[in-house]
Amino acid sequence: MIDNSEFAKKMRITILNMIHNAHASHIASAFSVVDILAVLYNEILADNDFDSKNMDRNQVVLSKGHAGSAVYSALFQRGLVSKADIGNYYLNGSNLSGHVSHKGVNGVEVSTGSLGHGVCVASGMALAKKMSNNNGKVFAIVGDGECQEGSVWEMAMLSSAKKLNNLVVVVDKNNMQAMGKCMDVTNCDNLAEKWKVFGWNVIEVDGHNYEQIKDALIYNSDKPLCIIANTIKGRGVSFMENELLWHYRDPQEEFYTRAMEELNK
Amino acid sequence: MRNAFIDELYCEAQKNKDIVLLTGDLGFGCLNKYIENLPNQYINCGIGEQNMLSVAAGLAINGKKVFVYSIGNFPTMRCLEQIRNDCAYHNASVNIICVGAGFSYGSLGMSHHATEDIAIMNALPNVNIYSPADEKQARYSFRQMLNSNGVNYVRLGKGRETILEHKKLEDIECICDGDNGVILTTGAICEECIIANQEHFNETGKKFAIYTFVKLKPINEDTLVKILNKYSKIITVEEHNIIGGLNSIVSQIVTKYGLDKKIIAVGLNDTYSSIVGDQKYLRKVYNMDSSYILSKIKD
Repeated sequence: MIDNSEFAKKMRITILNMIHNAHASHIASAFSVVDILAVLYNEILADNDFDSKNMDRNQVVLSKGHAGSAVYSALFQRGLVSKADIGNYYLNGSNLSGHVSHKGVNGVEVSTGSLGHGVCVASGMALAKKMSNNNGKVFAIVGDGECQEGSVWEMAMLSSAKKLNNLVVVVDKNNMQAMGKCMDVTNCDNLAEKWKVFGWNVIEVDGHNYEQIKDALIYNSDKPLCIIANTIKGRGVSFMENELLWHYRDPQEEFYTRAMEELNK
Repeated sequence: MRNAFIDELYCEAQKNKDIVLLTGDLGFGCLNKYIENLPNQYINCGIGEQNMLSVAAGLAINGKKVFVYSIGNFPTMRCLEQIRNDCAYHNASVNIICVGAGFSYGSLGMSHHATEDIAIMNALPNVNIYSPADEKQARYSFRQMLNSNGVNYVRLGKGRETILEHKKLEDIECICDGDNGVILTTGAICEECIIANQEHFNETGKKFAIYTFVKLKPINEDTLVKILNKYSKIITVEEHNIIGGLNSIVSQIVTKYGLDKKIIAVGLNDTYSSIVGDQKYLRKVYNMDSSYILSKIKD
């Protein structure tokens, strides 16, 4: 196993190349969640065989499907997605769509893209594990903007009632959404308190600190667990950080060069 | 037919421990036996259909065979995207049970009238549609659904439907032979067609054939084309909007095979009901009862 920081660095470089090459979008959303996914795919799932017949495996669901490039880059690091497929990301005929898709892609458990779906599917997966006495956890990553979807809270209530302590929801709290700051759009203040009153254990971490992320992910919880990961949208490239424009823009020419220089430092 | 379907499910779930029944907080009374005897294969997901259908997909992805119970439009329209993205795209083994086909819950008001569900579910790839007319067809539908690993949708009446005389249970079932024309129908409204046909026979000594479509998707094209070719006068009868339901399904086959046929549509004429009334009453108000069908037979 390589260092999580090294794994994350390689992920960011792969993502930059993917988005640049395909003129795709959502690079800042992907950078925001890279460190969380790096700990998951590099360390927590280090021994995972991604075999769908192994019902005791840990499972990851990216509910914020628009950061699909981050999952694909992690699976590329793990050897599950080929270099050719990465090079063809988002382009005509590819299996790797902008929003994460499982069809023809090894290691992706669930396709997402419409917000407020994946985390509920993950809850069902955790419930199936409980009912069948299977081991392993289900990890779902949601955006903080995504928490505006009502289905997230339907899921929160049911998961709590069913005591799904094998379900871990990580909120990638970068404080931004497609049209602005989350707090300017709806009152999403006190997110940790909200999950707590829905009956979850809550751990708040720095979403770019590998030790904190890991400790939270392996926490032995008696209830469903919510990890509020405080992150920076666009993390890793200074001019993308907290800049809404990079929710959409693809880095070309000097932006690509400068981004690559920063990531290689 | 609701109780017959749930009875089949209960019997099968006793044998197959992978079967899980979800409800959106509905089914008081009719689910009691299942709930009491199979508590480990039952989850009340609460009043949250969007989450329920995603949870169903998650359960199915991890090996369960899921049945989702609710009424009216709640298990379809309220959670349509969850059915599309989470269940159908993943080919998840999720069976959606809608109780309250058409005007079954007539007096409860338009929110509870399932009169566009076939159209909406028909537009989704990877979804099979069943629309039984009585309890025997409901049991037949269950057996068919059990043997198919994908998303199935079944619309059921809530009870007391006329039991039909069955010659042979199949996806497109002949209920009555006749050579004066043909009535194509689906669901419990078949009973209105039978009454109309009998009155026509009493008056004229002639009969229409009646075919009832238990399975609407995928449609058995060969059988349907053979039926269409045999008759010059064709009437479709459905307790559903005439747009997108049985009439549309039949018309699509007519155009696909280039058949020179006119199809008379009996059904809800692209409207919502704001009138209070039970099922029989509303069928009459909205021109789909036996006397209206008879007028179309005579036309």
